[in-house]
Amino acid sequence: MNRIDANGRDFRALNEEIRAAGQEILIENCMGQRYIAAGMSGVSLTIQGIPGNALGCYLNGGTIRVHGNAQDQTGDTMNSGTIVVDGSCGDATGYSMRGGKILVRGNAGYRVGIHMKAYREQQPLIVVGGETGSFLGEYQAGGTIIVLGIGSEKKAPVGNLCGTGMHGGKMFLRAEELPADLPPQVAASKATEEDMAEIDGYLEEFCAAFSMEKQSLFDRPFYVLRPNSANPYQNLYTFN
Amino acid sequence: MQNEGEIRIPSGCAITGVISKSGERFSGETAIRSIEPMHDRSNGLGGGFAAYGIYPQNRDLYAFHVFYDSARAKEECEQVLQTSFDVTVAEKIPTRKMPQITDEPAIWRYFCLPYEKLLQSTGLDEREFVSRFVVKINTQIRGAYVFSSGKNMGVFKAVGFPEDVGRYYRLEDYEGYCWTAHGRYPTNTPGWWGGAHPFNLLDYTVVHNGEISSYDANRRFIEMFGYRCTLLTDTEVITYIIDYLNRRQGMSLEETADVIAAPFWSEIDAMDEADRKKFTYLRNVYSSMLITGPFSILLGFTGGMMALNDRLKLRSMVVGEKGDRVYVASEECAIRTVAPELDRLWSPRGGEPVIIQVNEGVRI
Repeated sequence: MNRIDANGRDFRALNEEIRAAGQEILIENCMGQRYIAAGMSGVSLTIQGIPGNALGCYLNGGTIRVHGNAQDQTGDTMNSGTIVVDGSCGDATGYSMRGGKILVRGNAGYRVGIHMKAYREQQPLIVVGGETGSFLGEYQAGGTIIVLGIGSEKKAPVGNLCGTGMHGGKMFLRAEELPADLPPQVAASKATEEDMAEIDGYLEEFCAAFSMEKQSLFDRPFYVLRPNSANPYQNLYTFN
Repeated sequence: MQNEGEIRIPSGCAITGVISKSGERFSGETAIRSIEPMHDRSNGLGGGFAAYGIYPQNRDLYAFHVFYDSARAKEECEQVLQTSFDVTVAEKIPTRKMPQITDEPAIWRYFCLPYEKLLQSTGLDEREFVSRFVVKINTQIRGAYVFSSGKNMGVFKAVGFPEDVGRYYRLEDYEGYCWTAHGRYPTNTPGWWGGAHPFNLLDYTVVHNGEISSYDANRRFIEMFGYRCTLLTDTEVITYIIDYLNRRQGMSLEETADVIAAPFWSEIDAMDEADRKKFTYLRNVYSSMLITGPFSILLGFTGGMMALNDRLKLRSMVVGEKGDRVYVASEECAIRTVAPELDRLWSPRGGEPVIIQVNEGVRI
C-alpha cells in the first residue's frame, strides 16, 4: 500500500503522484482536489478526506473507496470500475456514466445519473442508500439507478421531477408511494419478481459493501420506472 | 485594456461564507483559508471579500471604499463627497505589495455621515440619500468607483485569485462576525477591479456563482427605480433587486427569495389556497424580477447572511453547522478545511433560501 499525503497538493501534482504510485494507494488529507484517478484503470484507491469534483471521471476499471463524502460529478463519464462512497455524494453523481458501478451509502444530490447510457455489455449502475435530490435520472438513456431510501421519512426518497426526459434504462425506487409528479413519458409500476431478480445481485453487492442485511430492504415495496415507449418524445417538439 | 461591456469572454466561480450567530468576531484568515481549496473554480480574474462588524470604533459612520484610476478622479470625488458628507477619516486602505496583484488603482476609505441639514432638505431617509449618492459617483465621475458603502462593514476586492486578494488587503488584521468570499471566473466580461465580487450597495453585498439569463429584463425593470447598471455584469443587477425589494419595498428576505427564485406555476397550482394566492401575487407583480438561469448567491447584510440557489439548482451549494458558526460554500472542502468536524452538513433545495441571523440581543 502506497500512502500519499494530499495536504496542500494541487490536483495536477496529486494525480501525477497517484499515477506513479502502483496498484494499491491510500490518499490521506484529501481536500477538494479534482479529477482524482481520471481515466485510470486497474488500481485500488482509498481516500480519506474530501475528494474534489469529478472523482473518478472517465474511470476505466479498478476501485475507488471514499471514507467520507464526495462532492459533485462523481464518476463523470466513467466507463468501468467501481466507486464506493461511505458518506454522501453531491450533484450530478454518475453524470453521463457509460459503464461501471457507483455505490453510495448515504444521500446524493440533484441530477443523479443525468445522461447515463448503456450499450451491449456496457451497463452502468448507481445505487444510492438514502435519498436523492430533484431530477433523478434526467435524460437517462440506459443503465440502472436504484434508490433505497434507507432512513428516509419521505413517501418517495427522491425530489421533484424524477425521470424528466428519461428515454432508456430503468430506475428502481424503494418507496411507500411513487413520486406524484412523474412525467407522462415515464411508466411506473410495482417491481415484479422478474424485475427484482434482475437487481438481486446489485443489492447483494451494495449490502456487502456496507455490511448490511439485504433482507432488511424488503420491508418496503420497490417500484420500477422505465420510459413508456421506445421513442417517448417524438411528438414533444415537432409533430412528425 | 478593454473594460466591462467592451468585450465578451465566453467561458464558473467559487463562493463561501461564515457567520458567528453569537456575534463573535474572527479574523479574515478564516475566509481566506476557506476559499483557497476552491482555487480551480476561478481563473485569477477576480477575488473579493465582504466583512461585517470590522469597524466597531466607527460603527455609526458610513465606510466608503473607493477605487481611483487617477489623481483627477480622486480630487473630483473628494470634492463632491465633502459637499454632502462630514468626513471624519480619509485614509489609504492598507495593502501588502505582492507580485500576484498588479495594476492597482488608488484605494481609499472614508468614514463619513451626510450633513444633517442637507439630508433634511432632501426629504430622503439617510440610506436612500446615501444609495443615490453612490450611484451618482459611480455613473458621473470617470475613474472613481465606490465599491463599498455600508456601516461597520466593508468590501475588499481586486483582480487576482481570492486567497491572494485577501492577503493583499491584509484581511488577517480585520475581525468580523460574518465574512463572505468569492473567486471569479468571468463568463461574459473581462476581469477588472470594480467587476470583482462582492457587489455592494449600502450594507448589502452579493457574491454569485452562475450566469443569469434574465439580466436584461431585470436591468430594464430595475433602472426604472433610479438604479444604474453600469458594469454590464449580472451580479450587479441582483444586488439592486435585493436592495429594492428588501429595503425599499420592505419585503422580508423570504419574500425577496420568493420573487427572485419563484416557484414554478405547476408548483403554485399544487399549493393550498393561501399560498397559491400569495405566490400568484408575487409572480404577477414582480415578474420582471424573477431571476432565471443558474445561480448560487450569498447575500450579506447587517446581522446576517442569506444563501439562495436558482430553483432548478444548476449550481452547487452546501451548508455546514458547528456550534454557533454556520458555513455556506460551493464545495464541502471549503467548509471542512476550516471546520473539519461539523454538527450538520446539508444541501439546500433549489429556490430554498437559507437565512442565518445573529442571535437576538447581540450587539453587532
